[in-house]
Amino acid sequence: MQKEREKEAKKEGLTMSSDATTVVIDSKMKIRGLKAGFGKSEVLKGIDLDVPQRCVTAIMGPSGCGKTTFIRCLNRIHELTPGAKVQGEVMLDGENIYSPKVDPVAIRRRIGMVFQKPNPFPTMSIYDNVAAGLKLNGVRERKVLDGVVERSLRMAFLWEEVKEELHKSGSALSGGQQQRLCIARALAVEPEIILMDEPCSALDPTATAKIEEAMVELKKQYTIVIVTHNMQQAARVADYTAFFYLGELIEFGETAPLFENPTKELTERYITGKFG
Amino acid sequence: MTTTSQSIAGRRRFTNQAMTALVYLAVALALTPLLLILGEVVVRGAPVLSLSFFTNLPTPVGVPGGGIANAILGTFIMVGIGSLIAIPIGVGAGVFFSEWPESRLSFLSSFMNDVLAEFPSIVIGIFVYIVIVLATHTFSALAGAVALSIIMIPIVARTTEESLKLVPRSLREASMALGVSRWKTVLRVVISTGKAGLFTGILLAVARAAGETAPLILTALGNTFYAKNLLEPTAAMPLLIYVYGISPFADWQAKAWGAALVLVFIMLALNLLVKLTVGRRFANVRAEN
Repeated sequence: MQKEREKEAKKEGLTMSSDATTVVIDSKMKIRGLKAGFGKSEVLKGIDLDVPQRCVTAIMGPSGCGKTTFIRCLNRIHELTPGAKVQGEVMLDGENIYSPKVDPVAIRRRIGMVFQKPNPFPTMSIYDNVAAGLKLNGVRERKVLDGVVERSLRMAFLWEEVKEELHKSGSALSGGQQQRLCIARALAVEPEIILMDEPCSALDPTATAKIEEAMVELKKQYTIVIVTHNMQQAARVADYTAFFYLGELIEFGETAPLFENPTKELTERYITGKFG
Repeated sequence: MTTTSQSIAGRRRFTNQAMTALVYLAVALALTPLLLILGEVVVRGAPVLSLSFFTNLPTPVGVPGGGIANAILGTFIMVGIGSLIAIPIGVGAGVFFSEWPESRLSFLSSFMNDVLAEFPSIVIGIFVYIVIVLATHTFSALAGAVALSIIMIPIVARTTEESLKLVPRSLREASMALGVSRWKTVLRVVISTGKAGLFTGILLAVARAAGETAPLILTALGNTFYAKNLLEPTAAMPLLIYVYGISPFADWQAKAWGAALVLVFIMLALNLLVKLTVGRRFANVRAEN
């Protein structure tokens, strides 16, 4: 399997760090030869990775290693940036989301995203923020929306804090609450995968703990990919961890063995804090 | 050591105070012409104002009691129709410039929009004269409104573009990531977030159009009576000020000051509205950060 893939990769002229990928049996997404960048600069230099189903997969690595670009390629948000380029395959349940037949809008409905900086819609109330994905796609029945809003806020561990003030502006919440609001907003459209791009980097430890708690609950139903700067966070929440360096996947595997016994020297040096 | 640092602190304090004084001086200089003009307009225009000044038609020279009712009405009609034409086109163009910057057409028309904004307004008057006045064989409110709309479009388009560009990228991405199409994202998220700025731009364009004189000389012409329909020469406040102001009659000149005061007052009211909206827009941006 591994050898075949290498052969395939060579045929396409891709370089591949031989045994960097671990084959995961039950994978939700298979990424093959993913290259991406902006204009002439190449940020990702050919990534192969399997994202396991109903698990938390952490992407970590030093600044500028391409982890954010990587995660943004998984729901075709990367290509919205002017000058952005993508090449390679991202298979979602066996279907390449970059195939010309695929509508990116439909893909984004299946793959939700939470961004680094909390970004609730400033002109909308808490309720409308959560309902936005459905409302903007034409769902109007109040009963349906009410149910979705409550369920999503509960899953994001925010319901108890805001149930009395759903009509208030989303920007009036604290940073941590705003981020959980954004998680609820992403959950409301019932995606299959949730991508989180450093969701806690702007938050204090208490707020971070709440979001991590939510993540552990969410992975029972959803496949989660999280980009993180924070190795402790990866160790706490992730079942699998991938280590990126300068646009390449250096090592990928189950979190505990990867941290305790990394096979690559680069990974070990990063984990022990020698660089990055 | 202490003496040096004290002398540095002293110098710093002096520089700081000198610069503050300079800035205040600049503000005073910038405000002087405004206050002088305002004062002059109020002093000379106020005595003319009365209820009949707003409700009566102009009278021939020497006949007392005339007003500028037709000019006020003409200005409102032409600015109104001009806005109806300019706002949809201007907002649409601004949305296109801001949201589809990768399109070559967008770049080109954005550039042309800048050129149009810099056009001398008399040239726009000549253009509309040729295209509409000559074609319909009459000066008219319609021609005046079209000329004003051409002046308004680039202002509305530019301010729409600028205020939509202020809407953070992250909000567009948040919406797109929910599986919302680009068009709906623009309509329901981007425009709704930047609408205060849009409103500001529209008001600025209206204020500008209300004060335009040159394009109306060649299109609306002016009229001493009410126009019966949109295809007749029509009076407007700036036209009346222009005609009365250069006339040799003291009575007319006084009325020109009165009309100027009314026009200035309308402008001030619009600008005040703009300031209030802008204040709200910045409050919005703060809330986002």
